[in-house]
Amino acid sequence: MSDVGAPVRRQGPRAPGTIMAASHAGRRAFSLPALDVPDAPVPAAFARATPPPLPEVGEVDIVRHYTRLSQQNYGLDTGFYPLGSCSMKYNPKVAETVATAPGFARLHPLQPDATAQGTLELLWRLEEALCAITGMARATVQPPAGACGEMTGLLIMRAAHAAAGRDRRTVLIPDSAHGTNPASVHLGGYDAVAVPSGSDGSVDVDALERMVDERVAGLMLTNPNTLGLFERDIARIAAAVHAVGGYVYYDGANLNAIMGRTRPGDMGFDIVHINTHKTFATPHGGGGPGAGPVGVVEELVPFLPVPRVERDGDRFVLVDDVKTSIGRVHGFHGNVGILVRAYVYLLLHGRDGLREVSDRAVLNANYLAALVREAFPLAFPETAPMHEFVATAAPLESETGVRALDIAKRVIDLGFHPSTVYFPLVVDEAMMVEPTETESKTTLDAFAAALLQAAKEAATEPDLLHAAPVTTPVGRLDEARAARHLVLHW
Amino acid sequence: MTTFTPHTDDEIREMLATIGAGDVDDLFEAIPPDLRLSEPLDLPPGISEQEVVDELGRLATRNRSLDELVCFAGRGAYDHYIPSVVWALAGRSEFSTAYTPYQPELSQGVLQALFEFQSMMCALTGMEVSNASLYDGATALVEAIRMSVGPGRLRVVLAGGVDPRLVDTVRTYGAGPGLHVEQLAAPEGAAGLPSSFEPDVAAVVVQHPNVHGILEDVQAWAEAAHSSGARLIEVFDPTSLGVIAPPGELGVDIAVAEGQSLGNQLAFGGPYLGILAGRMSDVRRMPGRIVGETVDVAGRPGYVLTLQAREQHIRREKATSNICTNQTLMAIAATIHLAWLGPAGLRELGERCASKAAYAFDVLTAVPGVVPAFPGAPIFKEFTLRLPRPASDVVDALVARGILGGVPAPWLGEDALIVAVTERRTRAQIDAFSEELAQVAG
Repeated sequence: MSDVGAPVRRQGPRAPGTIMAASHAGRRAFSLPALDVPDAPVPAAFARATPPPLPEVGEVDIVRHYTRLSQQNYGLDTGFYPLGSCSMKYNPKVAETVATAPGFARLHPLQPDATAQGTLELLWRLEEALCAITGMARATVQPPAGACGEMTGLLIMRAAHAAAGRDRRTVLIPDSAHGTNPASVHLGGYDAVAVPSGSDGSVDVDALERMVDERVAGLMLTNPNTLGLFERDIARIAAAVHAVGGYVYYDGANLNAIMGRTRPGDMGFDIVHINTHKTFATPHGGGGPGAGPVGVVEELVPFLPVPRVERDGDRFVLVDDVKTSIGRVHGFHGNVGILVRAYVYLLLHGRDGLREVSDRAVLNANYLAALVREAFPLAFPETAPMHEFVATAAPLESETGVRALDIAKRVIDLGFHPSTVYFPLVVDEAMMVEPTETESKTTLDAFAAALLQAAKEAATEPDLLHAAPVTTPVGRLDEARAARHLVLHW
Repeated sequence: MTTFTPHTDDEIREMLATIGAGDVDDLFEAIPPDLRLSEPLDLPPGISEQEVVDELGRLATRNRSLDELVCFAGRGAYDHYIPSVVWALAGRSEFSTAYTPYQPELSQGVLQALFEFQSMMCALTGMEVSNASLYDGATALVEAIRMSVGPGRLRVVLAGGVDPRLVDTVRTYGAGPGLHVEQLAAPEGAAGLPSSFEPDVAAVVVQHPNVHGILEDVQAWAEAAHSSGARLIEVFDPTSLGVIAPPGELGVDIAVAEGQSLGNQLAFGGPYLGILAGRMSDVRRMPGRIVGETVDVAGRPGYVLTLQAREQHIRREKATSNICTNQTLMAIAATIHLAWLGPAGLRELGERCASKAAYAFDVLTAVPGVVPAFPGAPIFKEFTLRLPRPASDVVDALVARGILGGVPAPWLGEDALIVAVTERRTRAQIDAFSEELAQVAG
């Protein structure tokens, strides 16, 4: 990290328009081998009359265009990326090398099991490791992302209630929860009911105990919760839900805080999803792919999706025929290439490494919180944060008019990706910071200095913050205009 | 053990002092003692990078990759050639190690690439608007159905030619909102088009080319669906659209596809690319990220995530979908692949597939005892055979001879085999396939 104050990151030049703007009739990049069979066009009745209006460009045009675009993008390899709730840790390069090798990458999803023993064994061992980390009995690795894992968990919940003849209608969710939780609940056919947070940022357990009844299918929760705080009363919370025959669902977004310290299974959770792109460092691809494996307790194993990987002595097989299963949740076997990367991460770390990951993640978050607390107080100062913390720019805003958004944009000019802002929704001017374990004290010190500098500037040079960022290819973008005057393609 | 944690012991001491904690254990005080693990996790100890590479190498040798097997398997995932530029560029870590573009000023690269993806999907399909990707083809179909259903319209009808894999996925997710999912029969391998649909049918789904490889009369399906007030969803093959009329010209309301064949590895099933394109009148019902063009404070053009009021992080339980993480990197790969192909390349690619499939159809059906399952049916790059022995036995026997001969279609009977032929297959490989099939089929 360079010194704070200097523009530390070189921005690529702005691209001169889209790849379509570079199109020249007749220019081409592709090549194909000579046709070695008789020409046989598709029947005329089905033929396309006019070619699709795609760009006509040379290969060098393509390389320069997309290289330029990449230079206008900030990734983990560019610098610190402390997005709260996202666990943006360093993505080990060896995982890329292994997962993209032909032995894993050039496998057809429907080739016979006997010809995919290596991948099936890997998926089976990955499932075993995920169960060990979470304290679950079995898992599916099929869901391609965390939200799909949520959906899978809710469908398992629904199937289990149906099998037991229980008519359930609602799923309880803390008011601080990530938006995917209520969206998944609704699409899973349930009504989402918000559980209030207490003044300490934890679930109001008394309120929860009054809310649970025979209509409740289950409760969805992260622990540490969305505010980065450990729910101390988790055992009581789980017992209250179990008492009415409901299931307790663990949203794995914050698993990075507790590995080797405790397990969702020990806390009373029945269903757990894991975000491999958070906890297990699979690269997030600018928005995806991810993977969202789901583990369950013994009672819910019959409902897991198919196909499942089973072990039969030395052999691994895909099993499709499970009458109680909710069915398949992905067209094939999930984001297998991502699961290979997650397995590599688990082998590298092992039992001690994973505990160290969580230890250092929590250490980093507490350290950074301590450095910036004076300017950006914790939203819930009574409780020590775990792997991430929620601070608030509300005091700064009332003194200077400078908002969390302005701080975030100024931090960009100071050379960093900012934290999450305005989430969780229950905190005013929220700044949710998750440094992760792979960042050094040097980086944390530099980032804290940038935040404190921005806070100081808020009093002395507020216009600097309102105008930020100025070091990027574009300044603040007019989002309202984008939604009003829809331009969604060239 | 490799952990990528850069802390020195001195730094840890300094950091704890700043926090005001005695040791790291103090930071976990909030976990009640009875919930704390008393034993290490039941996992092996961590190992070095070198050992990990060796172990993964051991596993890889237990796979028989398509570098060893000549691939005639398809059914939604295809062995197309991936030009080097695709991953040389999509694999750049400024793209691959970024998160969702929540800070647009730092994410113009991904945002513009997705805008280009949306533009190319519109060009390809002839539809008015595309989103920025979904998980895969099967879940894209689920999302298209979600866009279509509403109060009083909870029934979905799928043509007999829709892949059972897709039907199963629709049934899984349909359990939530209580959809009625019905698949028609397809005695000829295709069609089975009824003259009308019940008034509570929200969507009719047709796959073109269908699971048996047969081209469908999509326009007729669209007319029948529309006459009953239902949306027509087409499941298309993106590599077909250089030579086959696109959904936008056939009266389709929502077009969805598995986009793996655009620049993405087979990778035993994922990560793949869900494509969904539709009409502008439906844009506010669409799921997932959508990128829009706008201007910055200085009037310079730029890109942002737009129409976010549809999405889960704003609309919560009223969102059109729960999707958050999508398949952005796969969409970028598809964009680069399509730029490389251009209109002429996409057409030639389609012509190659069609010609090679026609040749393979002729030589394979010349093998004694091997007959077309649907004689005379129009095809693109895939077709269905009936064999004199169970298809799975034949596939196993061919694997021993270095050929992945196709994918069995047990719903048609144990003798049915679906064969796919892409531009990668040579005449010599196809001839070898027919010779080996003659050996093992009899």
